[in-house]
Amino acid sequence: MADEVTLLDFWLSPFGMRVKIALAEKEVKYEYSEQNLMNRKSDLLLKMNPVYKKIPVLVHHGKPVCESLIILQYIDAVWKGKAPLLPSDPYERAQSMFWADFIDRKVHDISKKLWTTKGEELEAAKKDFFECLELLERELGEKPYFGGEALGYVDIALLPFSCGFYTYETIGDFSIEARFPKIRAWVDRCLKKESVAKSLAEPEKVHEFILETRKGLGFD
Amino acid sequence: MAEVKLHGFWCSPFSYRVIWALKLKGVEYEYIEEDLLNKSELLLKYNPIYKKIPVLVHDGKPIAESLVILEYIEETWPENPLLPKDPYDRAMARFWIQYGVTKCADAFGAFYVASEEEEREKAAKDIVEVLKILEDQALGDKKFFGGDNINLVDISYGPSAYWLPAMGEAVGVKVLEPSTLPKLHAWANNFIEVPAIKENIPDYDKMLAYMRDAREKLGKN
Repeated sequence: MADEVTLLDFWLSPFGMRVKIALAEKEVKYEYSEQNLMNRKSDLLLKMNPVYKKIPVLVHHGKPVCESLIILQYIDAVWKGKAPLLPSDPYERAQSMFWADFIDRKVHDISKKLWTTKGEELEAAKKDFFECLELLERELGEKPYFGGEALGYVDIALLPFSCGFYTYETIGDFSIEARFPKIRAWVDRCLKKESVAKSLAEPEKVHEFILETRKGLGFD
Repeated sequence: MAEVKLHGFWCSPFSYRVIWALKLKGVEYEYIEEDLLNKSELLLKYNPIYKKIPVLVHDGKPIAESLVILEYIEETWPENPLLPKDPYDRAMARFWIQYGVTKCADAFGAFYVASEEEEREKAAKDIVEVLKILEDQALGDKKFFGGDNINLVDISYGPSAYWLPAMGEAVGVKVLEPSTLPKLHAWANNFIEVPAIKENIPDYDKMLAYMRDAREKLGKN
């Protein structure tokens, strides 16, 4: 019997991609509902997320779950049988939550500055970005994934931002592979997994979209 | 026997979130007061990323970030559960805790640093708007967010129950009033009467003095 799962999402959203990866890892069948955020927000979205009016929203048996990390925890609790996202040990879980929270606080805002600023502001954003990746690379260490031997919560929290790497490198004139080889290798390793490959947006499409948006903002 | 230590600060609401959870679970712990102007080597070692309190140390292993610590406490000491068992209800509890981190924190922050009268009035109005949603949708007619007893949602909003009124006094504009937020106002009064909370809260006058002093240093008074 179908579990009645719908995902309200926008193709470019890193937060939506997190949920797609998690659902794919758990092999959950769901209906994907693309929300065109460029136009007026749909009645469905406004009904399902009246507080923030944002995607992603996971709707399960008609009840909405909002906020991507909360959705990941929900998915992990409901579809327990396969691909655990969070460690079972409470201390390890706490560490995963700490790092996912770090990613939420830092990576999104800083990486946005990598394509919405120029000159000194851009240089400052690059510095912050490199500091972030340095900390994350150190946390990854020699492990194949942040989750250890298997893809986990922190991997899923961070992966979607890798779709923008090509764009940041091009605009900022730097190489992630050169500066953070372990992070680059980690991204490539994760992309070999079908759950990740089919959930992440193509970097070329992201690049195209960002360049269009930059034109609109008055860049180049 | 397992060893639990908490590095905290006497006036920090984030520190108290952890104390309240430990008390409600009946967990014995050693409290270490940190001087925020002269942080200990141990704190910097335990929380190198943010260098902040609170940090819970369990069997020598540190956990930072009060909300992460709350979830850890909930999982490690399951007696007297502070989160619903049902995954959906749990997700909703976490949603409202997160609402405090996003909407409330921004509104409170702006309020705390508001200097001009116009700024203060606007910041106060924003807080009421943000808290109205919490009052209507999360609290409703319940005594506590957790129902008849407090849970992690109540604990996470603890700062609003006690620190916010003091902030209001320090800034000169009250925000948690029975006229604008009747249910939350009642919740705040009920919350600070819960024994575990009442016995573990900083002295109001000392706290108010500290806030006034901090605002003066920021050049806000």
